[in-house]
Amino acid sequence: MSKQFQFKLVLLGESAVGKSSLVLRFVKDQFDDYRESTIGAAFLTQTVALEDGTSVKFEIWDTAGQERYKSLAPMYYRNANCAVVVYDITQSASLEKARSWIRELQRQADPSIIIALCGNKSDLSARRQVSQEEAQKYAEEEGLMWGETSAKSGEGVNEIFTEIAKKLPKNAPPSARAGGARAGAPRGGVDLNKQAAAQGGQNEPCNC
Amino acid sequence: MDEEYDVIVLGTGLTECILSGLLSVEGKKVLHMDRNDYYGGDSASLNLTQLYRKFRPDQAPPAELGRDRDYAVDLIPKFIIASGELTKILVHTDVTRYLEFKQIAGSFVYRDGKISKVPSNEMEAVRSPLMGLFEKRRAKKFFEFLQGWRDEDPATHQGIDLDKDTMATVYTKFGLEPGTQDFIGHAMALYLTDEYKNKPARPAYERIILYTSSMARYGKSPYIYPLYGLGELPQSFARLSAIYGGTYMLDKAIDEIVTDESGKFVGVRSGNETVKAKQVVGDPSYFGAGKALEGKQRVLEEGKVIRAICILKHPIPGTDDSDSAQIIIPQNQVNRKNDIYIAMVSSTHNVCAKDVYIAIVSTIVETDKPELEIQPGLQLLGQIHDKFISVTPLYTPAASGGEDNIFITRSYDATSHFETVVDDVHDVWKRMIGTDLVLKKRDVNVEA
Repeated sequence: MSKQFQFKLVLLGESAVGKSSLVLRFVKDQFDDYRESTIGAAFLTQTVALEDGTSVKFEIWDTAGQERYKSLAPMYYRNANCAVVVYDITQSASLEKARSWIRELQRQADPSIIIALCGNKSDLSARRQVSQEEAQKYAEEEGLMWGETSAKSGEGVNEIFTEIAKKLPKNAPPSARAGGARAGAPRGGVDLNKQAAAQGGQNEPCNC
Repeated sequence: MDEEYDVIVLGTGLTECILSGLLSVEGKKVLHMDRNDYYGGDSASLNLTQLYRKFRPDQAPPAELGRDRDYAVDLIPKFIIASGELTKILVHTDVTRYLEFKQIAGSFVYRDGKISKVPSNEMEAVRSPLMGLFEKRRAKKFFEFLQGWRDEDPATHQGIDLDKDTMATVYTKFGLEPGTQDFIGHAMALYLTDEYKNKPARPAYERIILYTSSMARYGKSPYIYPLYGLGELPQSFARLSAIYGGTYMLDKAIDEIVTDESGKFVGVRSGNETVKAKQVVGDPSYFGAGKALEGKQRVLEEGKVIRAICILKHPIPGTDDSDSAQIIIPQNQVNRKNDIYIAMVSSTHNVCAKDVYIAIVSTIVETDKPELEIQPGLQLLGQIHDKFISVTPLYTPAASGGEDNIFITRSYDATSHFETVVDDVHDVWKRMIGTDLVLKKRDVNVEA
């Protein structure tokens, strides 16, 4: 039986660089040209099978628009195992924003976090403003993974998530590695949902 | 900021964030703003830098306390009752997916100079050192009566009418001593004063049953607590709101609540921008609380709370080295009108460095020397490494908001749990929407 590991992945980047589209492509292999700002979906999961027989389940946190006015809650970074910081290759300003998100991650997140810098919209390379060399050089300096993707065509999308999955440490027991709060039964914690369902037995106050 | 919203929410305290989340889920277009650069308002949990900035702006946190980021110090001491109303909202809105909870290890009560575990059922009552032999038998009968009560079965009523007879009458029927009444009324029913005794017994009965059923859910105490501090609660509801389209702006000055000539809400001004909405809801600090009155008085002060955040290097003596605890000092025990509460958490809950314990002692202020009033609580803590004291007024809205579309929440009171916060959410919801808040299970499929 293959071992499964669960990790929390957070997405960062300026509004409209295609964070949600990237995840939609990765998770559902879909693309929507007129996708509006993220509504209703902030907790997607996708599993990547690796060649060594293990599999990695990503618990993917979208920003839900809270990045727009620099109002992302500390909870977002908490226990994140990996981050995908997205910029738009046709907007050089978006790489600057990506740099500031990376600084923010280095300040707020766990020092062992794995960060991938991702240049999205590679299908629009005719309008390219950020060269591959520039982005790659910066990524190397900061020790980040790097890749270009097109959420529209799907190019490079699975590759970047698979590369992250390969790089994540798999030495800890699968359950204890999971970042999020809902990784099955929390360590020494209590599961409200479970207990709520079990309620209604002898401890029910009365039938009034 | 040129869009128009259905609701502007001011302040990211827990009450405002629950409302913001529920309003967004309901389909309202919400703009949520806070003057601070952090979430939580008065219900935030602060790291050391933020804590010092608030209480001692001229000092840096000492290095011996450890890493800044290891701290999440609550400003208001409250625990979540396991079977209470906040738990229901957490489960119904599914924000539990962002949170992880742990039990509070012990619930204690002060009697005759000592602290003891609060018995939670007839079995524990029989073993409790809080009562003598004969009193234990009486208490056992009392608890059996409560547990056995069935509205439709008069045989279980033993001549008592919960809706007419007072709690004092019930105590008298079972012959319970005043000290026993103290721990039942204050450490189990969680009343702050003794006024409940002269009222019909049903609410007290329901509160005792809530305590015992919450206790039975996880075993150690009736309370649970979110890892990384209470400040996680507003953040999780803010995320719910954002997922449903709510817009978040922190670190935004709120300069004016703009009204038309009839006094009705128009919008909120920040600098020279004004953003419009149909309704506004916010905490009292955005509506003139604590400031000299200019224009209409929107909030009223009703009493003050003193809170002492104490940093300890050891667990509280007499709690079996519990990593977390609640201790209630019933008012009668120290000749007061209001109880004194102690809430203690530690590194087990990821709110401070290892071997540090954070205890908050609080009560409603009764005299002009509030620091003296909390002495009985401070004395139970052993050596206090450092403490941060605040005396905070409690505000309540002066009007319902029905006329001017300005809806104001209440300050966080001195109770040791969140039940009154949820009451406030229900109250504000009804004032804003006109119908009772009905919790619906989220029906979106978020799993791929």
